[in-house]
Amino acid sequence: MRAFTFERAESVRAAAESASNNPEAKFIAGGTNLLDLMKLEIEVPTHLIDVNGLGLDKIEVTSEGGLRIGAMVRNTDLASHETVRRDYGLLSRALVAGASGQLRNKATTAGNLLQRTRCPYFYDTAQSCNKRMPGSGCSAIGGVTRQLGVIGTSEACIATHPSDMAVAMRALDAVVETTRPDGTNRSIPISDFHHLPGDSPHIETALEKGEMITAVTLPKPAGGMHIYRKVRDRASYAFALVSIGAIIQADGTGRVAVGGVAPKPWRVDAADAALAKGAKAACAELMADARPTDDNRFKIALVERTLAAVIEETRDKP
Amino acid sequence: MIEICPFEISRRDLLVSSAATAAFASVAGNAHAQISGNEMQQSSNVSFKVNGEEHALELDNRTTLLDALREHLHLTGTKKGCDHGQCGACTVMVDGRRINSCLTLAVMHDGDEITTIEGYGRPGNLHPMQVAFVKHDGFQCGYCTPGQICSSIAVLQEIEANIPSHVTGDLTEKASVTSAEIRERMSGNICRCGAYSNIVEAITEVAGSKA
Repeated sequence: MRAFTFERAESVRAAAESASNNPEAKFIAGGTNLLDLMKLEIEVPTHLIDVNGLGLDKIEVTSEGGLRIGAMVRNTDLASHETVRRDYGLLSRALVAGASGQLRNKATTAGNLLQRTRCPYFYDTAQSCNKRMPGSGCSAIGGVTRQLGVIGTSEACIATHPSDMAVAMRALDAVVETTRPDGTNRSIPISDFHHLPGDSPHIETALEKGEMITAVTLPKPAGGMHIYRKVRDRASYAFALVSIGAIIQADGTGRVAVGGVAPKPWRVDAADAALAKGAKAACAELMADARPTDDNRFKIALVERTLAAVIEETRDKP
Repeated sequence: MIEICPFEISRRDLLVSSAATAAFASVAGNAHAQISGNEMQQSSNVSFKVNGEEHALELDNRTTLLDALREHLHLTGTKKGCDHGQCGACTVMVDGRRINSCLTLAVMHDGDEITTIEGYGRPGNLHPMQVAFVKHDGFQCGYCTPGQICSSIAVLQEIEANIPSHVTGDLTEKASVTSAEIRERMSGNICRCGAYSNIVEAITEVAGSKA
């Protein structure tokens, strides 16, 4: 790990200012992804701003009847929260489908959204990776791609976003609240938060230099049945090959977001509209522009079958 | 003629003396990160309690909690396996919660209370979970065992606190101690000897004796 200076932030504004004044600074919250990457020298910040002491660890009901989740709320606390379990079960389910008990105790809401891809070519510093080193090329393309993206990818990058939580947040229409270094706040819909790679896969989110996530808000509960179904190579503590986050109403309408297939949680309006017609129709819309490799073509069939299983589950229950 | 180098010290002496320097550098100091202007430094002061004992350290910012415990406080019960949060050998309790001590910086734990395997039991005075691991043969080589035991104790507390898991049936009902729950919740602790079934038996016994 490269040496760095360390600061315990006194306020959100001060943290954002500090990050904006120091071009190589990073915020550190749970640290479970950042420190892993720093040990591998994939992340090499020269300054860390510890934002754990800013009181951003509360979950509150909003005036609109939704929920405001502080950026530093730990994954365990969010999954365990009574209102989340009752009204946003999809979020609770997605959280406990990810990582391990130890990691969920440390990992935060904001950090989960910002976690980096687990593409093995991003992790292997001997390989070319446009995300790790812009312009160096992509060794994943033409390489071993079984786990990698099938849609939303580009000629420069075929990595996926690894988060389970973000898939639920996408289906729940979450909004990311931030503070910029000049003290102004803004709200970024989750649909606009993560960027597709295009020709700049190193730019992963809409965040500006020094801009800090302060909370994630959820609109009032959508009702319906909440299901998160994750397909992976082992039953626990593994990243998704494919995951489905769905909210399905009694009449079969609803919304669906997909994980494990794209550089961001994948949701398509036309697929939501087709959901009542069944998994085949919805999947055709979700995967309409897919560009799989021979190694990961199976993910398209897996999305359809996993979605069919999710729909079936809603019919099994009252 | 024999030449003697008066400055020759062994690597081990060097490690011990530098650890000691770090450990006793600022016992009375209030923990403050070095943040002001050009005064930026690559080490910081931090104070935390480990197994009930207060420690004040000045550490290189890069020092993980795991390395602080092992190399600076010489609490070597906590093990370094993968050092990337994948194996769980480094599991300790911080403020009552299990975490991977390899994936957190020591300087982020100012004021925290940490419990390591040494804090749970010692030879002659074992924690019930340690007794159960011995009884059920919950290990072979033993390297992952401190992490397994810290996690096992935490798992029962987490079920008691009604924290849900991936296999919890109904999110609005209370989580229960089942084999499926134990297996799912222990998935962050890898045992390459494969003592898993005996570990589940040990945890089940401790859970049963509490009920």
